[in-house]
Amino acid sequence: MKRRLPWVLLAVSLGVMAVGLLLGEYRTVLEKAITVCLDCIGIG
Amino acid sequence: MTGKNFPRKPRDKRPWYQAAFALGLNAWIPSWFKGEIFQGGIKGICVPALNCYSCPSAMGACPIGAMQTFFGGLRFNLSVAEKKFGLYVAGFLAAVGSAVGRMPCGWVCPFGFIQELIYKIPTPKLRIPHFMTYFRYAVLVTMVVALPLLIVDQFGYGETWFCKWICPAGTLEAGIPLMLIKADLRPLIGFMYYWKLGLLVLFVGWFVVSQRPFCRTVCPLGAFWGLFNKGSLFRMAVDDEKCTLCDKCHKDCPVEIKIYEQANSPDCVRCLRCVSSCKFGAISYEFLGKKEVAPDLRVPKAS
Repeated sequence: MKRRLPWVLLAVSLGVMAVGLLLGEYRTVLEKAITVCLDCIGIG
Repeated sequence: MTGKNFPRKPRDKRPWYQAAFALGLNAWIPSWFKGEIFQGGIKGICVPALNCYSCPSAMGACPIGAMQTFFGGLRFNLSVAEKKFGLYVAGFLAAVGSAVGRMPCGWVCPFGFIQELIYKIPTPKLRIPHFMTYFRYAVLVTMVVALPLLIVDQFGYGETWFCKWICPAGTLEAGIPLMLIKADLRPLIGFMYYWKLGLLVLFVGWFVVSQRPFCRTVCPLGAFWGLFNKGSLFRMAVDDEKCTLCDKCHKDCPVEIKIYEQANSPDCVRCLRCVSSCKFGAISYEFLGKKEVAPDLRVPKAS
């Protein structure tokens, strides 16, 4: 019997990711990523 | 057939893949000379590794840093009806996990690669007690999810606790380089910087004597992807009839697991070294219907 669970998980994950992209979350990540993260470098 | 004439597989050249990914994820070299971080439009793409986005040449976004940002901003966003829940990053992490589980830890992550390189320094070595590997789940739940969500300022914003208090990858890939290339940041050095620097020094000392200790005991990204190892499309398997329990795979494993006890252990980084080291063809892996089994390399005795 073929394992369906990973395919279902993958499909749901990609769906969740797509919804996030449609909500404009890419922009939020980009804004965070192109700004020097003071917490990350230890001066936040 | 002997090991000498057995055709070399990608798994036998894994350090080269790790080096290529480390350079590829941090390829924007001009930033080092300009004294700033790369700010291209592709940097919103999450990378499948713990790779600090404040590394001057980083090309993409660290998913753990991005996830904390969403958790930290969630209460504020809800209070102003802003629909930003972190679904993009959560979906990305789950998609990678569903496909290959923890495999990026073994092949892509530059910080894992650095640990493997440092471990090559010849010194007496220490094994890590198994109970310590559960600590990474506590880090994931508290530092990445709970604290950014629960402890907020007057505006409703939480901090990126893991990045701020623990992440040695951030100190190594961003904290030290940025202090070297951006003189205007140096006056801001204070307790937090020395705390993170001290933590990095302790970790580097641990890297010398133990195999991938950060990945195994602290990394929240590995903790999350490890949960998918049992149910991912990529699967490891051990043939009980061929396995002689010689323990060679355990001795060669960079995360010191006994794959013959649990083929898809959440600790396994799927580096496939065990597949190469098994001389009995007992360990195999399967992905998208394609199964790869290392052949039995025992030389038949002449009769």
